[in-house]
Amino acid sequence: MSNDNILLKVEDLKKHFPITQGIIFMKQIGSVKAVDGISFDIKRGETLGLVGESGCGKSTTGRVILQLHRATSGKVFFTAADHQEHELTSLKGESLRRMRRKMQMIFQDPYASLNPRMTVGDIIGEPLVIHGVARGKEVQERVEELLKVVGLNSLFANRYPHEFSGGQRQRIGVARALALNPEFIVCDEPISALDVSIQAQVVNLLEDLQAQFNLTYLFIAHDLSMVRHISSRVAVMYLGIIVELASRDELYGNPLHPYAQALLSAVPVPDPLVEEKRQRIILQGDVPSPVNPPSGCRFHTRCPIAQSICSEARPEWREATAGGEHWVACHLVQ
Amino acid sequence: MPALLEVKGLRTQFQTREGLVYAVNGVTYQLEEGETLGIVGESGCGKTVNVLSLLRLIPEPPGKIAGGQALFQGKDLLKMSSDEIRHVRGAQIAMVFQDPMTSLNPVLTIGRQLTEALELHLGMNKEQSRQRSIELLEMVGIPKAGDRLNDYPHQFSGGMRQRVMISMALSCAPQVLIADEPTTALDVTIQAQIVELVKRLRDELGMAIIWITHDLGVIAGLAKRVIVMYAGFIIEEAPVKELYGDPRHPYTLGLLGSLPRLDETLHRRLVSIEGLPPDLLGLPPGCPFAPRCVYAMDRCHKENPPLESVSPGHWKACWVDTRREKTQ
Repeated sequence: MSNDNILLKVEDLKKHFPITQGIIFMKQIGSVKAVDGISFDIKRGETLGLVGESGCGKSTTGRVILQLHRATSGKVFFTAADHQEHELTSLKGESLRRMRRKMQMIFQDPYASLNPRMTVGDIIGEPLVIHGVARGKEVQERVEELLKVVGLNSLFANRYPHEFSGGQRQRIGVARALALNPEFIVCDEPISALDVSIQAQVVNLLEDLQAQFNLTYLFIAHDLSMVRHISSRVAVMYLGIIVELASRDELYGNPLHPYAQALLSAVPVPDPLVEEKRQRIILQGDVPSPVNPPSGCRFHTRCPIAQSICSEARPEWREATAGGEHWVACHLVQ
Repeated sequence: MPALLEVKGLRTQFQTREGLVYAVNGVTYQLEEGETLGIVGESGCGKTVNVLSLLRLIPEPPGKIAGGQALFQGKDLLKMSSDEIRHVRGAQIAMVFQDPMTSLNPVLTIGRQLTEALELHLGMNKEQSRQRSIELLEMVGIPKAGDRLNDYPHQFSGGMRQRVMISMALSCAPQVLIADEPTTALDVTIQAQIVELVKRLRDELGMAIIWITHDLGVIAGLAKRVIVMYAGFIIEEAPVKELYGDPRHPYTLGLLGSLPRLDETLHRRLVSIEGLPPDLLGLPPGCPFAPRCVYAMDRCHKENPPLESVSPGHWKACWVDTRREKTQ
């Protein structure tokens, strides 16, 4: 496969948040290892789903890629459509700001992510003004066009966010993300705050836009059924590391990591006939603290098949089948 | 034999500055002894207000139970004095709330919160209630229960707090357990733990459960019968297999179609229900779902359809025969 196809390449990315003590002479007494060494790539035009339980570092991963948090270590290579490769973690100031046009974010909470004192037109138009790509009447025209693209009435530009429902607000958030014609969008739980019947509307919109503008998504979610629906490949995170990554059908059909297996078996299927026959793997206990993650394999404290090696050595991130593009981090998977 | 709980024509309204909000608009259903009933619907459909009304937990004012009956073992909960209802609440009908982070008192130990109900309802003394609390915590799978009685809620994780809530609800061996979205705030692996726990306790203790949720997946594996609510009305009621296998109301059809499935193999476009749920400030004269319904005809906008039987145990409120429409 040619390198051309890779939009984003992440290498051994880490983000540790310091825990400090004291007020004036703040002393670091530890760190939350939110993301602790992950590597993967995202192909142009695909949707990579990132799943995991709360606190596993999936949102932090999205934010570190976009440089909203600066990485503790590791590299993020972004290859734009003009074939120029940029290493994002080393960019600063104006050069980073230029790159931001190409990568945008859709946030989880449509109530908190829109400024209540700005009109919808100002919210969607703000990126255009900041990046100087349009001014005056052009901004207004572009805003109207974007509102139509996301399925809202172009007359809504003068209204305020509180006048809209959750689903409509999320569409406004999508329009804002699209304003600068980005190539890559991080969707951070874009539907989890919405009602079931509205979720489908937003997911269908995201799929349509992807086809229309050739977008690449990193789709972060905890809803495994929705991730299966929208993604082409899926990565499973646990306590700051990716434990498995494979194409959608491979991951859901043949999960190898015991955590991925347990996670999938925990998801209820809306069909009583299927539910009757299903055997669940019930994990014991809760996710350990990312301040002092377990030694060796981080999952060994809850793993149903753990052996002594699992608490001793950190499993290597390796391809399970040669050339099969099915990656896993587990000692016990052959 | 009469049903354990029989709700007839329950209506609840709230007076707000904008006007009267019609939250629950005449719901009628029964709960048999030992049965698990699922109530499904989106936010604002009245599923929570419906059960809060039964327990008289609606703040009055602004809320008002405008009509109906709720017969529990032959006695109307809605007409009881506050003293009488206090003896039912917690002792015979118990409730588990959605958010385990906010429904426990942060300044009291878990032990104090557990023993309170035991002393109040069952008249136990300190030592007895302490012993019973330890048993209850062990029953819901909390390790080292004796030590943890002196812990405060913030020392427990979300899943553990929900276990404490369940042990509290079950402390007086209620005949009915009402669970209002008990797993919504939890991760899926923890949700699976809680669902398994409730199933086990149900089989051991034989209580009836009303499980309120917006998640059609959870209810599929848990309930025997399911009620679907929309805009304060019951729009469909059926045994669980029939509801998923042969849904009749267009809203139920849409809801099931809008769910991606974990076991789905073909990529299909999700069915989306266009539009928004109605504003409950003023109800349209016709079917509340008509403005979003793909099958809607003239009559739907004028008359609200009553709940009619389509087969034994299966009811729907719709003028359209969706089965015939689909095949055409």
